[in-house]
Amino acid sequence: MHELSVTESILEIAIRHAQAQKAGNITDLYLVIGQWSSVVDDSVQFYWDIISEGTIAKGAKLHFRRVITELICQDCGRGYQPGSENMNCPQCGGTNVKIKTGEEFFLEAIDVEE
Amino acid sequence: MTQRIPVVEKILSANDRLALENQACFDAAGVLALNFMASPGAGKTSLIEQTVKGLRGHLRLGMINGDIATSMDADRAQAAGATAIQINTGGDCHLDAVMVQTAIAQLDLTVLDLVIIENVGNLVCPAEFKLGTHKSVLVASIPEGDDKPYKYPGMYRGVNALVINKIDLLPYVPFRMDFFKQGIQVLNPGVTQFAVSCRTGEGISSWLEWLQKEIKEFKKG
Repeated sequence: MHELSVTESILEIAIRHAQAQKAGNITDLYLVIGQWSSVVDDSVQFYWDIISEGTIAKGAKLHFRRVITELICQDCGRGYQPGSENMNCPQCGGTNVKIKTGEEFFLEAIDVEE
Repeated sequence: MTQRIPVVEKILSANDRLALENQACFDAAGVLALNFMASPGAGKTSLIEQTVKGLRGHLRLGMINGDIATSMDADRAQAAGATAIQINTGGDCHLDAVMVQTAIAQLDLTVLDLVIIENVGNLVCPAEFKLGTHKSVLVASIPEGDDKPYKYPGMYRGVNALVINKIDLLPYVPFRMDFFKQGIQVLNPGVTQFAVSCRTGEGISSWLEWLQKEIKEFKKG
């Protein structure tokens, strides 16, 4: 639901990095989004097409790399993906777990033309 | 010629930076700031009313209320005895650090001990946007159902305290407390928890004691 402000941030970060390198146009953006980050690709794309208009990022392609949630049991060391109705360790039943991946939300890289 | 530029920057880094500025304002004034989050109807405003009443005469409380429209919540907090600023987000589903910065400017922090920021009722977006508060509190409620930690892991993960409200309804609705708490144990082990009923007042005293202890520790630095 908050994809407009998210998309504005993506644009601001991309332009800032492109300008720091004195680049001409941005052609591609590589985003990394964890499964537990509440961001919807289609909405970001929708806003992107509108707000990138008139900037050096106009028409740039957005690439989304989704990272699935993976938990690690601290008791038995088992790595697993949480179930929707059960997040306990499937091996030992433990609840002492760390979240390894799934909360990412960053811009990894951009492609620019000189 | 196309060139790849590595960026690796968090998307919400601008908001995070502003949140730090907000926190510096609270720190400079020696005011503890809390971010209250919950789904609509969980009882954020009721808990705030109970808190204002319970702390009246002991602590000076300021409120920042976020809602899509109306000033009903700020009015309720004000009626209970707090200084309240209403933010209407005009459709945004969460408060962000910029909105809070604007509200802070309207509050005289020097005459306050505690500021509670009541976020927009929503279990998704508020978890992503830092405001500059020292602690976040999630108000859950029995009628919402026991599956909420599993459905909204981001929200349950990031909070420092969990207030489970409307426990007076436990005899009337199906709610497996064990199942609910098992989800919390995975997502946020050891999080401080309170079982309360804002309607009957049950459990409110433990919540107020915790709050007073937090403020005292904060002021000690």
